[in-house]
Amino acid sequence: MADTIAKPGGLSVMLRVSWPILLILALLAFAPTLSNALDNPFLVRLFTRAVIFAMAAVALNFVLGFGGLVSLMHGGLAGIGAYAVAIMAFHDYDGSKFLGVFPGTSDLAILIPVAMLAAGLGAALTGIVALRTSGAYFIMITLAFNQMLYYFFVALQQYGGDDGLQILSNLTLAGFDISRRATFYYVALVALCAELFFFSRVVASRFGTILQACAQNERRVTAIGIPPLRYKLAALAISGAAAGLAGALWASGQQFVSPSELSWDRSGDYIVMAVLGGTGRVWGPVLGAVVFVLLEAFLPAWTQFWQAPFGVVVILIVVFLRGGLIDLMGGSLARPTGGGR
Amino acid sequence: MTFSLFIEQLLNGVQLGVMLFLMAAGLTLVFGIMNLINLAHGSLYMAGAFFAATVFQISGSFLLAVPIAVALTALVGGVVERAVLRQFYARSHLDQVLVTFGLILVFNDAVRLIWGVVPVPLAPPEALAGSVHLFGGVDYPAFRLAILGVGALVALGLYFVVSHTRIGMWIRAGASNRPMASALGVDVELVFSLVFSAGAGLAGLAGLMAGPITAVQVGMGEPILILALVVTVIGGIGSIRGAFVAALMIGVGDTFGRVLLPPALGSMAIFMLMAAILAWRPKGLFPVHG
Amino acid sequence: MPSLLAVSELNKRFGGLVATSNLSLDVQPGETHALIGPNGAGKTTLIAQLQGELRPDSGAISFNGADITHEPPHRRARLGIARSFQITSVFPEFTALANVALAAQAREPHGFRFWKEAANDPALTAPALDALKTIGLDNRASVIAQDLSHGERRQLELAMALAMKPKLLLLDEPMAGMGRQDGQRMTRILANLKSSYAILIVEHDMDAVFALADRVSVLVAGAVIASGTADTIRADPLVKAAYLGHRG
Repeated sequence: MADTIAKPGGLSVMLRVSWPILLILALLAFAPTLSNALDNPFLVRLFTRAVIFAMAAVALNFVLGFGGLVSLMHGGLAGIGAYAVAIMAFHDYDGSKFLGVFPGTSDLAILIPVAMLAAGLGAALTGIVALRTSGAYFIMITLAFNQMLYYFFVALQQYGGDDGLQILSNLTLAGFDISRRATFYYVALVALCAELFFFSRVVASRFGTILQACAQNERRVTAIGIPPLRYKLAALAISGAAAGLAGALWASGQQFVSPSELSWDRSGDYIVMAVLGGTGRVWGPVLGAVVFVLLEAFLPAWTQFWQAPFGVVVILIVVFLRGGLIDLMGGSLARPTGGGR
Repeated sequence: MTFSLFIEQLLNGVQLGVMLFLMAAGLTLVFGIMNLINLAHGSLYMAGAFFAATVFQISGSFLLAVPIAVALTALVGGVVERAVLRQFYARSHLDQVLVTFGLILVFNDAVRLIWGVVPVPLAPPEALAGSVHLFGGVDYPAFRLAILGVGALVALGLYFVVSHTRIGMWIRAGASNRPMASALGVDVELVFSLVFSAGAGLAGLAGLMAGPITAVQVGMGEPILILALVVTVIGGIGSIRGAFVAALMIGVGDTFGRVLLPPALGSMAIFMLMAAILAWRPKGLFPVHG
Repeated sequence: MPSLLAVSELNKRFGGLVATSNLSLDVQPGETHALIGPNGAGKTTLIAQLQGELRPDSGAISFNGADITHEPPHRRARLGIARSFQITSVFPEFTALANVALAAQAREPHGFRFWKEAANDPALTAPALDALKTIGLDNRASVIAQDLSHGERRQLELAMALAMKPKLLLLDEPMAGMGRQDGQRMTRILANLKSSYAILIVEHDMDAVFALADRVSVLVAGAVIASGTADTIRADPLVKAAYLGHRG
């Protein structure tokens, strides 16, 4: 270990610690090819779902795995991003203006930053209240905020209310057509790679070190002269923005968003994905999301009652596999120590 | 708003509050004493309704369905506590969230397997099928009034048990200081089991009373679980008194919020209320610990 | 010379329990001031009020000429007050080096730096290694804190305090739970630090106290009943009666 401290993390170190995710991403890149070869377009949709869920779970894990903040509102935060896209696209199609001021648009180059900003702001505002508390209170309050967002969008009759909102305009990315499923899939995959790179840098940065320290011993953080609250709030806002990005891509891929995507079980699903993959690494949730989506897709073909065995699997993971699926890959991947990746 | 509408909405609000209290009582005690977040509490609410529906179908008697369903739900709660949850009292809240989330999936599928996906009919007892004339020319459904009465009685009974009996003393001791309770010779494990079963029974009672009003179907417990969590948090985790005050507050607040405010705001009213209260008192209205 | 730390007429009650009673106390620059007293005398409560974790009911605390009575703990730390806790308080999942590096990082104006890797930044690791060396823990730099021995973790806390480059060390029983050998080593370490820092130390180990302290104050029931050099205190009959005689 001493040598990794002395010299900067070289390529070999990076490869040793993160080969599984590089492998997973490489395999994911072949999903459209596989889909073509098997003449099964369902596969691309399935993997698009996996990649976008992975983005939301990675966003969640930034505060969950590194900040020790068990948030049950990330479904809602992703939902803000999704609705931001759908609402702006609705106004673009309609020719009307959002709040009577902002013209709509269908270009993701604008929509994505807007979605991230909206979700990040949502996370920050709810975080100001939620972070005044800790532990179980925090969990329950984030759950309540998730429901608040859910009911808020249900009540927005103008934007479809309970039935959801269809995106009727053709979404583009900086003018490029992204309507082909494979094209959109690669857009999502690149976004996931960017997200992973971003968070692996942040986690190892000074900010990330403070965040991890807050999760371990907040009292100590204060005693050495660092006020924890502002860092946790910033982390929540960043995590919320990243969840908003996932939501924005989700709505774009589906051409549709409904309040049911914001239900609190979705937030629970993200936690399951993060823990299933492993919260100790930035990329752990990607593994969890892929396994989750595959199980969700193929278990029902096996038995109508697949949720119960899935629930049992979740319980068994908690009991036996403390570090998630990453634990199965060997000791060198175990939780990072100081800095982290 | 006319006076009669006001009375009707007030009664609706109090009735919702009473239901929320029945749910929140179990949640807050289990949390306060065992330090366990139980997201599967809504599943016990659902179980109560389904048990009642089955007994009702067989016997045709709602009155018979009530005690049997409550007892069965308490039994299910006791079994789950012993078989699964007991191992998680000392675990992190994250682990508890995951395990009880997993339990929800198991419960939902178990109900689908036994009762199917179609809502099961559960009619209110015939004696309570009509309306009652109240003062001021208000007509109010008798069954809803009965719910209100039963809930108020249970709340009073629970308050008496917790504050005036030996079991209640153990519970309060356990909620505020677990090692101390152990040291005083309280059989902590037994208290845990009793409290969990009792909480399950109350959730079951709430569920079976809600059955005739809403619908007896899979997932029926989840919306009310969230409200009950809000109640628990506002009241102060572990506080029965706090749960009661907060339940009425949320019940009435939610009902009037939906009537008086525009829809987007009305549906968020109680969550904003929660945010405001917690910004003011982060440990709730009646904090138990520290 | 003006006092580095001056406490005047501090009071703190918890319900009916008086934890700090009209307490006045000072620490001079460069001085090692030991605080002794029976269990429950209010020593840790006092340290917590000096560090800012607890708010006094009344009274004033000034540090380096400025009134800090109402400053939050993180700001007092930045002003130069470093506390080590009675019950070891480190970051258990970080390496020893990362623990100390974070304490060094805390001196920077803010931690909103998102890109550069912290663990390999010499701006943080160099002072951290220095602090570890001073404490004699540099050979354990890459060990995870929770795998360190109890004595080593106490040393690590001290290294974290040093990395903050403080003016005043508040040490709450640095030898608590240590064996004889570890305790003697800690005494030697503290003796070396004496010349560079003002220290307010709470300690039960009388050999250590009398070896280190320039001045000793005796705290009983939240009040200072005697204050003076080690020899004066040792000879004080009041102190003997109230404290030394009853020591378990």
